[in-house]
Formats: sequence, structure tokens, C-alpha cells
Amino acid sequence: MADDKAIVVSGVTKSYGDVVALRGVNLEIVYGQCVALLGPNGAGKTVTTEILEGYRKRDGGDVVVLGTDPNHGDRRWKSRLGIVLQDARDLADLTVRESVKHFSSYYPDGRSSDDVISAVGLVEKADAKAGQLSGGQRRRLDVALGIVGRPDVLFLDEPTTGFDPEARRQFWELIDALKGEGTTILLTTHYLDEAEHLADRVAVINRGRVLAMESPEALGNRQKSQAVVQWQEDGAQKSPSTATPTAFVGELAQRLGPEIPELAILRPTLEDVYLRLIADDGGDPGSADITGVGSHD
Amino acid sequence: MTDLTTPTTEPHPTLRMPTTLALGWRRTRIELRQFFRDKESAFFTFALPMFLMIIFGSVFNTEIAPGVTFSQYFVAGMIASGVVYTGFQNLAITIPQERDDGTLKRLQGTPMPKASYFIGKIGLVVVAYVAQVILLGIIGVVFFKLELPTEASKWLTFAWVSILGLLCCTLLGLAFSSVPKSGRGAPAIVSPVVLVLQFTSGVFFVYSQLPTWMQHLASLFPLKWLVQGMQSVFLPESFASQTTGTDSWQLGQVALVLSVWTIGGLVVALLTFRWQSRGR
Repeated sequence: MADDKAIVVSGVTKSYGDVVALRGVNLEIVYGQCVALLGPNGAGKTVTTEILEGYRKRDGGDVVVLGTDPNHGDRRWKSRLGIVLQDARDLADLTVRESVKHFSSYYPDGRSSDDVISAVGLVEKADAKAGQLSGGQRRRLDVALGIVGRPDVLFLDEPTTGFDPEARRQFWELIDALKGEGTTILLTTHYLDEAEHLADRVAVINRGRVLAMESPEALGNRQKSQAVVQWQEDGAQKSPSTATPTAFVGELAQRLGPEIPELAILRPTLEDVYLRLIADDGGDPGSADITGVGSHD
Repeated sequence: MTDLTTPTTEPHPTLRMPTTLALGWRRTRIELRQFFRDKESAFFTFALPMFLMIIFGSVFNTEIAPGVTFSQYFVAGMIASGVVYTGFQNLAITIPQERDDGTLKRLQGTPMPKASYFIGKIGLVVVAYVAQVILLGIIGVVFFKLELPTEASKWLTFAWVSILGLLCCTLLGLAFSSVPKSGRGAPAIVSPVVLVLQFTSGVFFVYSQLPTWMQHLASLFPLKWLVQGMQSVFLPESFASQTTGTDSWQLGQVALVLSVWTIGGLVVALLTFRWQSRGR
């Protein structure tokens, strides 16, 4: 095993009765990288994440997280993980500050509660009980409890559900800061702009397999594929595709003058590439639980 | 970015992990804070026994034996019930709720040792019990002429019956916490168990007046023996025959039955305790 890998997943399988949730998942994450796991509901994102976190046992394959098999992770190993799960409703009767302080005490080098609360933007709600927080604020508390132990590896399972755009921006800054400290991050999300902004690499997972793993720019040959040039001419919109958009626009400028009306050069977005990958795999990206494993998967 | 974190598979070698005991103490404090803020659990474990005591004690304030009123009899039974409320009922209801709302899953993903969680639960049970006994004792002494024992030996009995009973009921609560399928349904499953045992074990009725088959049934379960132990502390020696049919309180048997249930509870809790909902 190479020493620069924080997480190595090879050939992991998992079934629940007759339902196959994972059919050989492979994944490698280098120390300090942020990887986003993208995929439709039921693709196996949460099952994969929870196997890495030590919550679920795999049926086959190998997993190493921080040099340890999660099935045999001890306290010290756990003290190096930060976990943000989906839909938690606990701690309702405690204030934000009480919870953060309490969880900080579990770790050998826990962060100060004030630092964490201000990092997630909950200063004004520090003395409010978790049961009284809005959905987005509640989620920020979950993130706070995930980072309070100064984790080397941070797992974020749909962390920004319910965030308003400003809160999401703020969250992105927080993750950038954690990356700056060298934290390895595995993120599952339904927001492609989030993956594009945060992830060094994205892994597209569908029906229990990883279809592709690339940088957001390179996924599905995004930057090398044909570009669409779009402009207005004679009252109509033209939009042919071309492999050489620069030359194409040069010719266009000679023909139509220095300012081409409503010119745009369009590359496939991450969303386009993602949807194509899922469609090519025979999946419907909007489909419900294919595997039937857990509604919160 | 300077050298903030050197990638390594070695854990922070210089930093000490917090001890199990220290975290157990922290768990105890956070459990108590949550317990007293949660109106539902505070009601079930605290207010309800006190209401019951005030109502039953006032309505049936008659002599059931020379020198023993029903209210005095009822105080002993309610203190015994307090062991069951704070140990068994409290845990058997709150743990399924914690399993549902993600408390246990979150804790499982932290470096907190499981033993610290259990220490916290035991701490909660002990504090809640002591508080309940003090409240019930005050009500008993002030309103119902309960006479607190003066002999040290009786207090010794009180101490060991309480400790053994709490241990037994805590373990049974942990064991029973796997029975309710959801946190929402837990009170509806757990409370009737406690209520039926209270009726059959001589808490609400005088034990000697119950049908024989009911007495035999109740003798199989711990509450009857807890009640008997507490009666030996708070009621006169002469009353023993009413409950045991003999001249003695049969404290040896009390210890034996509670111990058997404690061991049974421990075994079942170890075998069945789950941190997550089924189907993982």
C-alpha cells in the first residue's frame, strides 16, 4: 500500500439479503485531498461512507482508512476521524455550546468550543438549544461536532442540506480552511456546484460501482469534448458545436465584425457530464432507491 | 500553507486519550442535564410517582395492621418502585429513543469508550434515584407519618437493597431496550410492564390480600422482592408476616432473587444490546 493514501478501498461488496448495494467499489484518496462522491439516491454513497467510518461491515474487498481496517478501528483511530452523518435529531435539549464543549472533551486534542462555533457561523445561536435551531443551523451544529476533534479525515454526508446560499458559501470557506490544514475530506453531496468548488476529485457512483473518478474539470473528458459556440445572426440564435472554438470565433469575428452579438462559448457542465455518465450506465439519475437500502442512503 | 499537518499513518503519539472514567463522569453530567430538561422523562420518573403517592396516600389513609397505615405501606412500595422507574423504565424508554434520533450512532463514531456511556447511564440512574427517594421520603414523613428507621442495621439494609436493586434494574433496562422497535413506541411497551408488576407485587394493594396465584406470579419478578426489602426498612418487624407469611422479612431470599435477575439482565444485555437500529 502506498503511504500517501489516507483511504484505500478495493473491490468492496455489500448485500442486504437479495439486494446488492455495492458491487466492487474502488476508491483511493491521497492525504489532504477532498473527494466528492456523487450519485443518485440509492447508488451506494452512504453505504460506502459508513463502511469507511466503521458503522457497517463489508461482505468482501479491502478497506484501509488511516492505515487501519475500519472493522478493527480503536479509540485512537476514531479520534482521528470526523463524522457528519445524515439526519441527526439528537442533543435537542442541549445548547450548541454545551454540545460542542462536551464532544470536544472526547478527543485528545479537541478544539475550543468558541473557535468551532464561530467557524461554523453559530455564534449568535451558541446558547440556543439544538431543538430550536432551523434545519440549516442544525446542520451546522453537526458539522461543528464533526470537526471539533481536529480530524485527519473528515466524512461529510450531505452536509449542506437546508443551507441558504450564504450559509453554503460560508461552509465552503470552512472546508477550504480545513483543506489548508491538510484535512482529508470525503464528501457526499447532491449539489454539483458544491462538488465542483470543493473537490480535488469527484467520484461518480451508480448502482454500487464507481463509474469515474477524475478532477471536476477532467471528468468525462469535459474540457476536451466539443464546445458549443452560440451567437445571434439575422434575428436567429445559432449554436453549432466545434472542436476548435478559438479558431471558429476568429473566423466569425472576421465575418460579423469585432463584436459578435450575444457570443457565448459553452462547455458541458459538470452536471451535463454527470447526467450523461449515469444515463450511459443505464440508470435514471432522478430515480428513487434502486437498491432499496435505507431511505436515507 | 506551512507544515501544519504532516501526513502520516502514525496517530498523535504524544497526546493522551481522555480516560474512560473521566469521560464517564462527563457523560453522567450531560445525561443529568438532558434528563432534567426533558419534560417527558422527568414526568415519568419524578412527578408521576409523587402524584401517585399523594393521591393513593390520601385516599387510602387507613390502618391495615396494628400501627401501620396504608400510606406508610405505600411509601415503602413507591420507594421500591422508584428503583424500577429510574433504572428499568427510564433506560428501557430512553435508549430506544436515543437509537432512533441518532444519539447512539453519533457516539459510536467518536472515540468515547462504550464503558463511559454506561457509566453515564448508571450515574444518571443513581442520582435520579437518590433525588426521588429524598422527595418521597419528605412527602412520607410530612404528610403520612412515615417513621424513618433509627437503627443502623435498617439503613444498611436500605443501602444494599437499593444498590442491588438499581444494578438489577439498570441491567434489565439495558436488556429490555432492544425490545421496543422504535423510540416512539417505547413508553407504550415499557410502562404497562411496570404497572402490572406494581399491581401484582403489592405496591398499590396490600400483598396479603392478593389472590395466591397472583402472589406466586409476582414472586418470579424482582419488584415483589424489592418491595419486601423496602418494607423491612420502613415498616415494623410485626408486619413481616403480612408479606412473607413468616416471622422474618426473608432478606436472604430478597438478595438471592435480585442477584439471579441481575446476572440474567447482564447476560441478556451483553448478548442483545444494539447501538443501531436493526438491518445494518
